[in-house]
Amino acid sequence: MLQGYQSWKFNNQPVIMGRATVVGPFEGQGPLAEDFDIIHGDLMVGQKSWEKAEKSLLEEAQKLAIENTGLTKEQVNFNLGGDLMNQIISSSFAARTLSVPYIGIFGACATSMESLALASLIVDAGFAKYTIASACSHNASAEKQFRYPTEYGSQKPPTAQFTVTGAGAAVVGKGGKGPQIISATIGRVIDMGIKDPFNMGAAMAPAAVDTIEAHFRDLHIEPGYYDLIVTGDLAKVGFTIASEWFKKHNVPIKESQYFDCGMMIYDYEKQEVQAGASGCGCSAVVTYGHLLKRLQKGEFKRILVVATGALLSPLSFQQGESIPCIAHAVALERGEE
Amino acid sequence: MFMDFFWAFVVGGLICVFGQICFDVFKLSPAHTMSLLVVMGAAAGGLGLYEPFIKFAGAGATVPITSFGNSLVQGALSELKLNGFVGVITGIFEVTSAGISSAIIFSFLAAFFFKPKG
Repeated sequence: MLQGYQSWKFNNQPVIMGRATVVGPFEGQGPLAEDFDIIHGDLMVGQKSWEKAEKSLLEEAQKLAIENTGLTKEQVNFNLGGDLMNQIISSSFAARTLSVPYIGIFGACATSMESLALASLIVDAGFAKYTIASACSHNASAEKQFRYPTEYGSQKPPTAQFTVTGAGAAVVGKGGKGPQIISATIGRVIDMGIKDPFNMGAAMAPAAVDTIEAHFRDLHIEPGYYDLIVTGDLAKVGFTIASEWFKKHNVPIKESQYFDCGMMIYDYEKQEVQAGASGCGCSAVVTYGHLLKRLQKGEFKRILVVATGALLSPLSFQQGESIPCIAHAVALERGEE
Repeated sequence: MFMDFFWAFVVGGLICVFGQICFDVFKLSPAHTMSLLVVMGAAAGGLGLYEPFIKFAGAGATVPITSFGNSLVQGALSELKLNGFVGVITGIFEVTSAGISSAIIFSFLAAFFFKPKG
């Protein structure tokens, strides 16, 4: 039910019954490699184009997530997902394979938590028994669409981020085992006038701060309520800006409590990723692969995942428009194993 | 001879530094930066400055893309002298035809033998 201005509290205990993460070779060399279900050695994933590769990552993640719950795909009522490709083709084409009734959504890199929040809402309200939420991205397909063709070999400034090749999917059902979805806060679109698509972190940080503050206000809780608060893909530049804003706004978030998925998936020392990671797949695979594993192991009790998205299009940036950004938060709690 | 190398190195390097500043400080795209350098070379060529510049810096002035702008203008100017105003149009590719034709031919070959997917 609605809580405050823009948050939902789920009273009927929706849980993540099963989840799966599939990543590319570069993510497989990173520090979180052991937390992913499938690591592909080939960036093409045996496909003929980057777009097909991205779609097949998602197909695998969805199939495996459903298998992990012990359900069949016919039992899943709705499939909610999105990605970064024009007209969200990766999700729609994968939905053609899955053939579960489909709601395609676009929230850029915030899609992971947008789909999870909506999937939980549908289950919590009793409009479905089971839903599947997913998000995916592919480094080469995103580079090609938003920046330059990969063969072009264009330079990147140090504020640029590296799009994650990966897909994450989670099956949501009522009650039972798995991490519980407690609440969600839907973000507003915030635009601070930043126009540089090589500095998405700085553009997205204010949106993340806005949603996090709204979450605490709506649910009448303090940051200390969570053991961990993670943003989706602000990376180094955006993370620093967000941390400063929390201080300025007197939001008592401790340094030991706040992290960013975009700074966790790669090894800055060994992997050249400029400011860090980005992409729909970033928060999806870090949350479903790494964070939920640690949650269920008992390392934390409650976490707040705030996926951040830059709502630009290649056309809007070419026309000199600024980058509107959004962030969606989902609160998760340890459930039964 | 050593000074030739020295100036080629310094001047060519400075043109690249200018390009890098366009990227990093003025946030120009690679295409904009390249076009700007071509136009600057053309303007310098039109004012008669580029030829002395080449005498001074050698490859430092001929290898960067500014030299292409100069070549476009030099071709147009020499054809202007021979054929009048229509020469401005026909002469643009006079000097640069080798470069442009090879770009077309090698692009064709690359597209023919490989399947670029971006």
